Amino acid sequence: MKKASFIAVATAATFMATAATAATLDDVKAKGFIQCGVTTGLAGFAAPNNDGQWEGFDVDFCRAMAAAIFADPGKVKYTPTTAKERFTALQSGEIDVLARNTTWTFSRDVNLGFEFVGVNYYDGQGFMVKKALGVKSALELDGARVCVQSGTTTELNLADYFTANGMKYDSVVFDTADEVREAYLKDTCDVYTTDQSGLYAQRSVIADPEAHIVLPEVISKEPLGPLVRHGDNQWGDIARWTLNAMIEGEELNISSANVDDLKANTKNPSIQRILGVNGDLGQQLGLSNDWAYNIIKMVGNYGESFARNLGEGTALNIARGLNAQWNKGGILYSPPLR
Amino acid sequence: MTTDVQGSASSDSMLRDPRVRAIFYQILVIVLIVLFVAYVGHNTAINLEKRGIASGFNFLSQPSGFGIGIVLLMDYSSQTSTHLDVLIIGIINTLAVSLSGIFLATIIGFIFGVLRLSKNWVVNKIAAVYIEVIRNIPLLVQLMFWYFAVLSVLPLVGDSIRFGESFFINNRGVNFPAIIPSNGFWVIPVTLLVAIVLSIIIGKWARRRQDLTGQPFPVFLTSLALIIILPVIATLVMGSPFTMSYPEFGRFSITGGWSLEPEFLALLLGLSIYTGAFIAEIVRSGINSVSHGQTEAAHSLGVRPGMTMRLVILPQALRVIVPPLTSQYLNLTKNSSLATAIGYADITAIFAGTSLNQTGQAIEVIFITMLFYLVISLLISMFMNWYNKRIALVER
Repeated sequence: MKKASFIAVATAATFMATAATAATLDDVKAKGFIQCGVTTGLAGFAAPNNDGQWEGFDVDFCRAMAAAIFADPGKVKYTPTTAKERFTALQSGEIDVLARNTTWTFSRDVNLGFEFVGVNYYDGQGFMVKKALGVKSALELDGARVCVQSGTTTELNLADYFTANGMKYDSVVFDTADEVREAYLKDTCDVYTTDQSGLYAQRSVIADPEAHIVLPEVISKEPLGPLVRHGDNQWGDIARWTLNAMIEGEELNISSANVDDLKANTKNPSIQRILGVNGDLGQQLGLSNDWAYNIIKMVGNYGESFARNLGEGTALNIARGLNAQWNKGGILYSPPLR
Repeated sequence: MTTDVQGSASSDSMLRDPRVRAIFYQILVIVLIVLFVAYVGHNTAINLEKRGIASGFNFLSQPSGFGIGIVLLMDYSSQTSTHLDVLIIGIINTLAVSLSGIFLATIIGFIFGVLRLSKNWVVNKIAAVYIEVIRNIPLLVQLMFWYFAVLSVLPLVGDSIRFGESFFINNRGVNFPAIIPSNGFWVIPVTLLVAIVLSIIIGKWARRRQDLTGQPFPVFLTSLALIIILPVIATLVMGSPFTMSYPEFGRFSITGGWSLEPEFLALLLGLSIYTGAFIAEIVRSGINSVSHGQTEAAHSLGVRPGMTMRLVILPQALRVIVPPLTSQYLNLTKNSSLATAIGYADITAIFAGTSLNQTGQAIEVIFITMLFYLVISLLISMFMNWYNKRIALVER
């Protein structure tokens, strides 16, 4: 008797546990915030500022999702993850979305059970060395000791690149970007390798940035983007179109400054659709119709976020390059919102 | 069921039988545990499948694709080696640092444990300060200290501290000449083995002779001579069947020769100095447990203090020392997993770290890693229990 009721309870619990994973949007609405996985600290992408508030390019994506869902970009809780922990955190449901300069690869998309929602930064892996070494090209790095962060595509590209060029290297692997930088600065290794954006970010916080040089070689394609778990398409759609709304916003010249004016006065049907004046794009996503208006009003479009966190004038001083709009020489191209 | 056959009266009394009830509760507990495990397993399997996450152990035969900093005893290439090779390298690296750590920690512990009891005030206090300071700072902090504050502020490669022509210390570790075996090299380890076996036989013979005749025999010196002289003779006879590889300054670092990486050194120093402090306390308590009368008795027979310690006190103290010593050895082995913080390629860092991340198969990888630590801990326990039995007091 006891046994039978236990089995009943256990079976019920199994069904409940599996059913509960279905609708992330409902879970998020119920708890009142998005749990967003970010880096443990990478200047410009995600790092706490002097007031202890997280800010950066990836953080802006989390804030944009909160703006779309809650009309309040502050309703985000951040989980700092190392490169190694990030996937397990997302798989296990500890976080709802991972916005952590993560490279979109086949095996991560397919084998690990994730859904990449797009690319928010086109990057490539590079090398940073001390100027004093006199190295001008990555092909001169035979025999070098290379500091690298564990659990990244960087580790794999590094092995591929050195093998392809018949060179040897010693790798020293650390968990966090800060440990890697520390070891590089202490001269435990000759080379610091990661995505170029990461190198610029790390160089910006080094005491003497001029003493370090980022080598010209880019040895890989690193399309970085946010990702969610497989199996909840509605949640994946919200994340995907949050990103696209920011990109489309820049293309249509909708910024946080002029969004109110445009919403009231524009005659452009594309802008009317995205801002929810016409159509029901928001409702199709299961959100309110002013979701994209809220994103652009409260967080800004893609260009504003880039300029605020990474662009010229910031400590990172990264040019738009590949990350410019498709009609301005880059490859940023949002599918139409209609 | 059997209870029904015996009638209602006896089944009533069986309900009150404490033995039957005990068995019933034990069965109940087992059933609950089995159900719980089955539930967890079932739920995990369903959720993995739902999210399209791969499972199974096929990933072990997939190429790893990443480089490993420290590879011992094996060939490793990121292109052809598999995640299974990564696992084996991780195991070898963990064993390398654990076993050297256990060896070093034991020596440190015994020395400081004895010093802690010294009548010399300065020596005594130095040992006390070492033990108290080291025991009360977290190991992870100490590892960081050794790696980032001690080893990485050593001179740069170009300004290495030199001992002779080919022994260097710098912030990339310690470099020294390597012996590269050539034809006929096997003779040297074989003669070394023969010398060790001979020493053991001589030791047994000498003990029997001393028991019978009371005549002592210089076993230690004889063994040392055997162990040094036999391999030297073998080397000369075979005409030096090896070549030396000397460290040289390369474009970035020192190339050639053998080197101890700073990651390994920091972990080894951190682990053995930390565990050594605990072992010192164990040794001190072990020695204190031997009645002072034993020392006085030995002294009154004219036995010198060094011999008293070696022949009278320590053998008795060992009985108290060995059981807690075992748990320190286990701690050291398990603590070696902190390697990941300072970039040493142990099983936790490369297999439960990088391999897990590249394959995404957290459950399988963590399961294998836990199984490894469990097996290795049980093996150490078994060995120490065997040793403990051997030195236990034989009652006549």
